[in-house]
Amino acid sequence: MPYVVLQDGSVFAGEPFGYWPSGDCACQGEVVFSTAMSGYQEMVTDLSFAGQILVFTQPQIGNYGWHSEESEAVKILVRGLVVRELSAGEGSLHAQDSLEDICRKQRICGLKKVDTRALTRHLRHYGTLYGVLATEAEAGLAYWRERNGDAAPEEPHWVYQATCREPYEIPGEGPLLAVLDFGIKYNILRLLSRRGFRLRVFPAGTKAEEILACHPQGMVLSNGPGDPAGLPEIAANLAELLPRLPILGICLGHQMLAMAAGARTFKLPFGHRGGNHPVQDLRTGRTTITSQNHGYAVERESLRGSGFAEAYRHLNDHTVEGLVHEHYPVLSIQFHPEGAPGPEENAVILDDFVELLHAAHKEKEGDGRA
Amino acid sequence: MDVPKKPWKKVLVIGSGPIIIGQAAEFDYAGTQACRALREEGVEVVLVNSNPATIMTDQEVAHKVYIEPITVESLVRVIEREKPDGLLANMGGQTGLNMGFQLAQSGILERAGVTMLGTTPQSIQQAEDRESFRSLMYEIGEAVPPSGIVETVEDALNLLEEIGLPVIIRPAFTLGGTGGGIANTREELREIAESGLRASLIGQILVERSVTGWKEIEFEVLRDELGDCITVCHMENIDPVGVHTGDSIVVAPCQTLTDREVQTLRTASRKIVSALGIVGSCNIQFALHPERLEYVVIEVNPRLSRSSALASKATGYPIAKIAAKLSIGYHLSELTNAVTGKTSACFEPALDYVVIKIPRWPFDKFSEADRSLGTQMKATGEVMGLGRNIETALQKAIRSLETKVFGLLLPEFAELSDEELRLNCIKPHDRQIFCQAEALRRGWPVRELARISNWNPFFLECIARLVRLSAELTAQPWQEELLRQAKYLGFADAEIARLWRSTEEEVYRYRVERQMTPVFKTVDTCAGEFEAVTPYYYSSYDQEDEGKVSTERRIVVLGSGPIRIGQGIEFDYCSVHAVLALRRAGIESVIINNNPETVSTDFDTADRLYFEPLTLEDVTAVLEKEKPEGVIVQFGGQTAIGLAKPLAERGYRILGTTVEDTHRAEDRSVFDQVLQQIGAKRPRGAWATTAEEAERVALQIGYPLMVRPSYVLGGRAMEIVYEHSELQDVVRRAMQESPGQEIWMDQFLIGTEMEVDAISDGENVFIPGIMEHVERAGVHSGDSIAVYPPQTLSSATEHRIEQLTIELARALKICGLLNIQFVFADGEVYVLEVNPRSSRTVPFLSKVTETPIVGLAMQAILGTPLSQLQVPQGLGPLSGKIAVKAPVFSFSKLLQVEPSLGPEMKSTGEVMGWDYSFDKALFKALLAAGISVVTHGCILVTLADRDKLEGIRLMERFSNLGFTIMATAGTAAAAEDRGIQVECVDKLHQGSMEILDAIREQRVQCAINTSTHGRLPASDGFAIRRAAVDRGIPCFTSLDTAAVWLHMLEQMLPSIVPLAEDRRVVQIPRFGVEMKE
Repeated sequence: MPYVVLQDGSVFAGEPFGYWPSGDCACQGEVVFSTAMSGYQEMVTDLSFAGQILVFTQPQIGNYGWHSEESEAVKILVRGLVVRELSAGEGSLHAQDSLEDICRKQRICGLKKVDTRALTRHLRHYGTLYGVLATEAEAGLAYWRERNGDAAPEEPHWVYQATCREPYEIPGEGPLLAVLDFGIKYNILRLLSRRGFRLRVFPAGTKAEEILACHPQGMVLSNGPGDPAGLPEIAANLAELLPRLPILGICLGHQMLAMAAGARTFKLPFGHRGGNHPVQDLRTGRTTITSQNHGYAVERESLRGSGFAEAYRHLNDHTVEGLVHEHYPVLSIQFHPEGAPGPEENAVILDDFVELLHAAHKEKEGDGRA
Repeated sequence: MDVPKKPWKKVLVIGSGPIIIGQAAEFDYAGTQACRALREEGVEVVLVNSNPATIMTDQEVAHKVYIEPITVESLVRVIEREKPDGLLANMGGQTGLNMGFQLAQSGILERAGVTMLGTTPQSIQQAEDRESFRSLMYEIGEAVPPSGIVETVEDALNLLEEIGLPVIIRPAFTLGGTGGGIANTREELREIAESGLRASLIGQILVERSVTGWKEIEFEVLRDELGDCITVCHMENIDPVGVHTGDSIVVAPCQTLTDREVQTLRTASRKIVSALGIVGSCNIQFALHPERLEYVVIEVNPRLSRSSALASKATGYPIAKIAAKLSIGYHLSELTNAVTGKTSACFEPALDYVVIKIPRWPFDKFSEADRSLGTQMKATGEVMGLGRNIETALQKAIRSLETKVFGLLLPEFAELSDEELRLNCIKPHDRQIFCQAEALRRGWPVRELARISNWNPFFLECIARLVRLSAELTAQPWQEELLRQAKYLGFADAEIARLWRSTEEEVYRYRVERQMTPVFKTVDTCAGEFEAVTPYYYSSYDQEDEGKVSTERRIVVLGSGPIRIGQGIEFDYCSVHAVLALRRAGIESVIINNNPETVSTDFDTADRLYFEPLTLEDVTAVLEKEKPEGVIVQFGGQTAIGLAKPLAERGYRILGTTVEDTHRAEDRSVFDQVLQQIGAKRPRGAWATTAEEAERVALQIGYPLMVRPSYVLGGRAMEIVYEHSELQDVVRRAMQESPGQEIWMDQFLIGTEMEVDAISDGENVFIPGIMEHVERAGVHSGDSIAVYPPQTLSSATEHRIEQLTIELARALKICGLLNIQFVFADGEVYVLEVNPRSSRTVPFLSKVTETPIVGLAMQAILGTPLSQLQVPQGLGPLSGKIAVKAPVFSFSKLLQVEPSLGPEMKSTGEVMGWDYSFDKALFKALLAAGISVVTHGCILVTLADRDKLEGIRLMERFSNLGFTIMATAGTAAAAEDRGIQVECVDKLHQGSMEILDAIREQRVQCAINTSTHGRLPASDGFAIRRAAVDRGIPCFTSLDTAAVWLHMLEQMLPSIVPLAEDRRVVQIPRFGVEMKE
C-alpha cells in the first residue's frame, strides 16, 4: 500500500493514481496544502507549485474533468498530488480528459484516499516538510533514514525550469509592457492583454539592458516557484530596473522586488495557499478576499530604508501582502490579482497599475517638453 | 483604525412566529444568535415573537420578551412602550422582514425615532419588488430571465407572446414560494397565476421564462457598511432548477463547477449585494447553464434565510451573529472568527468535507398529498449529513431523515415497471433519488438518466457507485475488504445487514471485531489551516481522530432530528435546556443532532457537538468516543426515546426514567396493569385481527369508537367510527393498510381533553399546570387549542388529575418529565396516554408558568430529589396569566391534503397568546395563528347529522352578530326550523358549483364543515374544505374551534340590532361552548 512519508517519519496511507515510476519512491518534494475549494486544474498547472507535492484539502477532486482552456500553463511542474477522493470527471459533458489521465500522461504521481485533513493538520503543526510518495511505508522511511531526514537540494532553482526559454510577444493595440516570466500564470497575461497592452514576455534571467532596449512603458514581474533568496542574480538585475521603469510585482515578483530594494524574505511556517485570504489595503482600510500561493513573505522590519512602504497586510497573520514605492511608480503584491483559481475582484490592482503607468508616462512626457 | 461608535442602546428584534412550511426553526437559530450578539455589545434587546417553543423567547436570550402576535398593531404598541432606537427585522424570516418593511413604509419607525438596522427599507424594497429589482439588475448588467410583472390573469396570458412557454410564476412577497408554479400550457398558466395573485401580499406575480433543467446554485453573502464583502458558502442543488431550493437536495460546496464558473457567480453576487446596498446577510440564487458559462439571477433574499442557516452549520461560520454585528455598524475586518479565536471573521470558509442537506417532507403523515415537487416548498424540515466524500454525506443524511430507510435502494421501487420507473426518474418528487438508484441498479446508463432527469452525471455516478457496491455486498456477504469499502462510502450497518440478510447487531459485532470504527473530524471553517477552538465534530472512516477526550464528568443529550409534523421545534427547545442545565450543574454536555436549522446544533450550545444521524450505529460511535456517564433521551422526542432500548442493550446507561419503566408506559397490556394498580380508568378497548372480530369488539365497547392499526405506513392511521354502518369500511381500510396486523379498537369518549406536564424524581411530583383543550377528544392534542389554566373544570376534577398524575409518576418510577393526556367524560377522569418524556407543551407551560421545567427535570435526573428544590409538591399555584396555545397549519402549501382535524396530527407549528383574561388571550392566540377577526359577511355551514343540533345553536349566534348563513339543504332545513334565515345552496354532488364559486369569489368569509369524514378527495366536504383553505379563509372542522372563534367575535363585535326587536336571549357560556360537565 503506498504512502506519503514525510521527512519527520510520519506516514499517511493511500491508493496510487497517475504515473508511478518503477522503484520504491515515486517522487520527492516539499509537501504543501491548498485550501482552495475550486480550481484543481488551475492549481495543477500553476508553475509556482513546481517541485512540490500538492495536498488538496477539498476532498472531492477531478469532478468536472480536464478542459484545456482552464490551464494556467502548458507544462506541469508539480511533482505529486495527494487527494481524498479522485473523480473520473463525469461532472462535465465536455471534458477532454480526466485529471487521472492527465497525471498519467504528464507523469505526475498521485495518491488518493488519503486522510488529507490529518496530513494538513500535521503540516500546520510542524510546518512545511519534505516528503516522498512511496510504494510502501518502509521504503519511504528508509529513504529518509539514508538522508538523515534531509531533502535533496533543489538545483538549479525551479524558476529556471518554470520560465520560458525564449522571449515571445503577445500582440496588442496599446503600449508595450515587458513581462518577466518566473513561471507565469496565463491569466496574468490574459488580464493584461484585455487591458490593451502589447506584451513582451522575457525569460527570468534576461538582463536589464535587453529589457530596456525594447522601450517598454512598464514591466510586470510574475509569480513563480521557490525561495526568492535563491535568486540573488535576479534581484541584482531588478535593482537596476527599479528606478527606471514602472513595475508591478506579483507573488514571487513582489518578493524579488523587495529583495532588489534591499529587503529580506523569510519562510512562512506552512505558507499561504488558497482562495480565502483576507488582505487589508492599509491606505483605505478596505479588505478583500484574495487568492494566494506562497511559502515565503517579505520581512516587515527589513523594509526600513528600502524605499518601499507596506500597503497591504494579511488579516490573519499580519504578514506583508503588498508594497508601494515611496519614489518610483512601483507597486507590488504578494497575492494573485488574476485569481485562477480564486476571487476576481483583485484584478482592480492591474487597473491601479495601468493608472500608475499613465501618470508616469504623462510625467515623463511633461519632463520631455520642459 | 478607530473602532466606530456603536450608538445603539435598545434594539427591537422581530421573530418569525410559528413554524410553517417555508419558515421553520432556522429563525430561532438566527434570532437567538442575533440577540446574543447584540447583548454581547451591551445593547438592550427587546424581542417579539408569537412562538413560545423558541429559545429566543427565553429571558436569558433577550432582556424583554413579548410573546405577542406579529402584527403591525402589536409591534407599534411594543415600540411605543419600549422606545427602542433600532429595529432588527432581517432575522425573522420573511415574516420579520415584511413586518419591518411595513412599519417603515407606514412612517411608524420614523415617527418613533427607530432606525431599521442593517439593510435599509429602500434596499429591501428594491430586492423584493420584482420590477425595481429587475431594472436594477439591468442597470448593473446582471441577467435575469425574460419576464413580466402582472396583476391580473389576463395580463399574464398576454405576456406569453413576449416570453414563450414554459414559464415560471412567482408571487411577490410570500413565504416558501406559496402560490407559485411552472406552467407548460396556457391553461396551467391561468390556474397558477390565479393562486399566485391570491398568495401575494401586494397582488403581484412575476411570470418569467423558465430555466428549468439548469443548475441551481446559491451564494450566501455578508457585506458591511464599508462595502467589504465575503461569500460564506456556495451550494449546489443536486436536482436542477424547477424544484424549490427548500425542497432540493443541496450539496456544499459546489461540486460540478469549474473555478471560472464559481468565480463568475461569486463576482455577480458581490455586484448584486453592493448594488442593493445590503448590510448584513443576503442569499442569492442563480441558474447556471449546464453546458456553457451563462447564468441568470433567480432570486435574492436580503435577509437571513433557511439557506443561511444551512450555510452556517455547513461551514461553522456563525452568519447570524456576524450579520447582527454588521447591522450595528461593525466592519467585517474588525471581527474575529470565533471558530479559531484568532483569525479574522473577514474570510471565506474552506471546507474539507462535503455537506448534503435533504429536506424532510410530511408525506408520511399525508399519504394523500401530491408528492411531486415544484416551485412551492413542501418540506417541514431538513437534515444535514457531513462526510469526507459525497457518498458518506448522502447516506448519513438519508438515515438522519428517520424514515426507516438506511440506504438508497428501496424494495418498493424494484416493483415498478421500466416505464413507471422512467417517469419517476424524470419528474421531481420526494423520492426521486431512490428511483434514480433503482434505475442504476437496472443498469440504465448514467448519461441516459442524466439526460432525462437533468441531474448532473457526477451525482448520478456517486449513486451508481453505491448501487454497484450494494450488489457486491449482496453477492459476497461477510467479506472484510468489501465491508471496509462500504463503511468508507458511508453504508450503514443496518443497510449492510439488509444486504447480507443478517442483523444490524451481527454486522456491528463483525465490524468492531475487525477494528473498523470511525474517527471524528472537526468542522473548523478553515480546512485544518488553523487550530479550531470550537468543538464541532462529525464522524469519518479516516486515519486520524482529532476529537479531544475530556476527563471531566460528561453526559450525552440526544437531539430530536428534523422538524416534522408531530416532532417540532419544541424538542429542540428541550434539548437545549437540558444542555444548559448540565452546564449549570458543572457537567460537560455533549449533543448529537443532525438538524441544521436549530439552536442545539450551534457550536456554542453544548460543550461538544456531534453532527450525526440519530441512529443506533452513529450514536454508538459517539458514545464509544466520549464514554460519558450516561445518555439522556427524554428530551429528544420519539427519535431519542426510540434509541433508549437498543442503547441500553449495548450497555450504555440511560439517565432518568429507565427503559423498563418507559416500556411499562408504552405497552398497552402492561400499562393496563399499572392503571388497575392505582385505580385509574382508561377507555375500554380490545384487539381485533379480522372483520368479524372487529364487529364483536364494537358490540362490546359500543359507539363511537376509535380504530388504530398497530402498524401503518402513511398517515391513514386512526379513525373515529360513529356508527355501525361505518365500521366495515373503516376496518377494511385499516386492515388493508397493514395486512395481517392487529387493529386496536377502543371507546371514543366524547368529553373534555386535558393534558399535564409534570416533573418527577420517582417519589415527589411537581405539576406546573394543567392545560385544557378547547376541542373535545378526537382532535389530536397537537392540533387542539389549549388553554392554561383550565376554564371549565371543577376543582374536584383538577384535584383528581393532580392525584392521578402523582400516582402514575410514582407507579411508573418516572425520573424526569412525563406528559399525561386525560379525558373528562361522564363525570369521570380517564387516562388516555402517558408519555414518559418531554412533550410538545413543555415550552408553552414553561413560559406561562415561568417554571424552568426542563431544568428541574434535569436536576431530578442528576439525582437531586425535588424535595430539596424550591418547588411545590403536586399541582403548582396559578401563575396569574391565562395563555392560549393555538396550532398553525400549512395546508395552503400541501395541495390535496385533507384539512379536517382528527386523531392524526396535522399542524406544523403553534403560537401562544397570553393575557389576564381568557378572551384576550384567545384573541391574541387566534390572531397570531392567522385566524383573523371578520366583522361581517357570510358563514358557510355544512354539518354532519350528529352535529346539527349543536351547530344550529352556533348559526343562531352568528346570525345574531349580523352574519348571513349559507348552508346545504339538510343543514338549512334544520336551521330554518329554529327561525334562522339561511341561504340554501345545492350540494356539489348534485352537480352544482354554487358553493365552490361562492368561496372562490370571496362571498364566504368562513366555512364550518363537519360533513363526510370519509376522507375521499371526491367528497363534498373535502372539496369545500380545500377550497376554503386555498382561498385563505378560516375553515373550522370542529364545532369547538368554531365556537371559540365565534366567542371571540362576540366579545369583539358590537351587536347590530334595531331597537326594541324581540329576540331570544342566547345564553353565552363562559368558554364559548356549551359546558361539558
